[in-house]
Amino acid sequence: MSTASQSGTLKISQPLWKIRLLGIWKSLRQNFALFAENKIGLIGLGIILFYALLALAHPLLMGTVWDAKIYDPFIGNDLSIFEHPSPPSAKHLLGTDPVGRDVLSQLMFSTRNEFVLGLLAAVITVTIATSIGAIAAYYGGWIDALLMRLADLINILPFIALLVVLSAFVKMDLWMLALVIGILSGFGSTTIIFKAQALTIKVKPYIEAARVAGGNDVHIIFRHLVPNLMPLAFLNMMFTVTNAIFTEAALSFFGLLNVRVSWGIMIYMTQVSGYMLRNIEYWYLIFPAGVSITLLCSAFYLVGRALDEVVNPRLRRR
Amino acid sequence: MLYMDPRFTEEQRLNLQRRLGLDRPASERFVRWLGNTLQGDLGDSFAEGRPVMDIIKERAPRTIFLFLTSTLAAFMVGYVLGKVLAWQRGTALEYGITVIGAIFYTIFTPWFALVMIWLFSYNLKWLPLGKFLDPTVWRKIPPDSPITANLIFNQLLLTTSLVALIILFLAIAVRKINPNKAGPITRGLSFAVIAGAVVYWVNYPHSNLAWDIVRHLILPVMTLTIINFSGTMLLTRTTMLETLREDYIMAARAKGLSEREVRDKHAARNALLPVFTSLVISLPFIMSGGIITETVFSWPGMGLTLLQAANSNDIPMIMGAFLFIGTLSLLAHLSADIAYIFLDPRIRYA
Repeated sequence: MSTASQSGTLKISQPLWKIRLLGIWKSLRQNFALFAENKIGLIGLGIILFYALLALAHPLLMGTVWDAKIYDPFIGNDLSIFEHPSPPSAKHLLGTDPVGRDVLSQLMFSTRNEFVLGLLAAVITVTIATSIGAIAAYYGGWIDALLMRLADLINILPFIALLVVLSAFVKMDLWMLALVIGILSGFGSTTIIFKAQALTIKVKPYIEAARVAGGNDVHIIFRHLVPNLMPLAFLNMMFTVTNAIFTEAALSFFGLLNVRVSWGIMIYMTQVSGYMLRNIEYWYLIFPAGVSITLLCSAFYLVGRALDEVVNPRLRRR
Repeated sequence: MLYMDPRFTEEQRLNLQRRLGLDRPASERFVRWLGNTLQGDLGDSFAEGRPVMDIIKERAPRTIFLFLTSTLAAFMVGYVLGKVLAWQRGTALEYGITVIGAIFYTIFTPWFALVMIWLFSYNLKWLPLGKFLDPTVWRKIPPDSPITANLIFNQLLLTTSLVALIILFLAIAVRKINPNKAGPITRGLSFAVIAGAVVYWVNYPHSNLAWDIVRHLILPVMTLTIINFSGTMLLTRTTMLETLREDYIMAARAKGLSEREVRDKHAARNALLPVFTSLVISLPFIMSGGIITETVFSWPGMGLTLLQAANSNDIPMIMGAFLFIGTLSLLAHLSADIAYIFLDPRIRYA
């Protein structure tokens, strides 16, 4: 009786969603403080922001400063320049490629594709991996055995080789590639990590409590197991993005993808048109794309590592 | 593909399709392929007209060699650097090596390989541009002589594996006999074994041909090693940091052992296990890197073969090459698992 009267007098000054939001904001700020202790992670975040700005700036520049006829990433051509490829100038900051297209414009246009591909693949991977990992850990038995042997099988096959074989039978575009990468790494390597984590959560008292309170399996998996996997999921997304961008670039470098412009294609074009092993004077054909792939991949990787120290307290400095 | 030639008549096209078995549904072709594969027949390559099995036999050693040497070298380099890195916690050196390591870990492999070619072959002219051998050297041997590139290469492969095995056994034997001075003795003996192998090859009648192959090998192996060492390095550092909190490290320090001894004999040995596990997991990743490297260096191994087959829709070759790469990956996994038993005596398979 007394507890009921007490809770009746307790005044809640704010609506519940506002309190929750404040809680999220507070933990976000605390985690960012932990994250910011690691300078390397901040460098990675800076690089990602830089490329995000590049991707956003492209449509703006195309709409205002850049003439579509000259700067279009697919069919642009600067007729005022006699010889293509031309070295960097005030008009073309990174020069033009052998067909006369602006290198900077191509680079910026491709950045958006890389982000879309990477994030889409990461979201698919994490969605599959959290559900599969949680289900395998929760039920155990033959479901676990089946899913884990499947993961082992995918894990053993070299990723690039598998995609090369697939692309020989199906011509893949960007969306398809994101889907394939997402499914393969979702059922493969990532699941094993998630299952291991889910196993440690499964034995926590609150899972027991949820079951006593009458929660069914679906409720326990998606309300108690999966939310606790989220920090790990966020961390793993970073590594998947790295993997996806790298894979896309490698496959387009081999000429196996049905993509019009991407960083990998820019290097492929340079190699096919024979400017690769000329002297350093043609650096602007290969360096921007190569450096971009490397930088963006390592930026996501570094952010992932810094997040690892936030999620996994054992790695923190004493 | 062959039947895409516009001068082909419709009838010829259909004939060719029937002859290659391409008029059947994919499921039936797959079942047939599976049946033939189980009997050791992988079919004929469309593009080269030779049995796929022969092509694999010819090119497999090249891929295996590249894969083995670069994996072992990368693991050694990464382990040693990671060990040092964990001891430099918080210094500028640590940040520097970590950033460089992360960049190499995620570097775009084809681009990096091209930069290596550009630097070492094109500019400095120390090493050849790519491919497996230099035809101008090989043209001098008479066409009827039994010496072939594969013969010499297989002998090189044999020598390398023999040297590695002998050194391994020597190290184990020396440690059993005299554990206190194992380090210097093993180093001296391994040096002697390597020197012996080098002397044998220098006096070999066709040593210039062998040298030609080795020269072509250096750059791909170096590239693959640089790409792959950083994963091991970063993980060794992380596990070392976890190991350093254990009580036995404090005990070792309290005993008055030197920092170097604590690091090498107490911390690093125990940190090795998770690092080795991750090596097992990353073997397919290393193999993917190998495929890319082979392509850029035109190294005629199975990776390049797979890619060329994929670009020319050479289905039997694709399936054969993929089967080979999958099997190699599986075997590497298996041998790493077996090696793990020796590393961790707590594990016993009943």
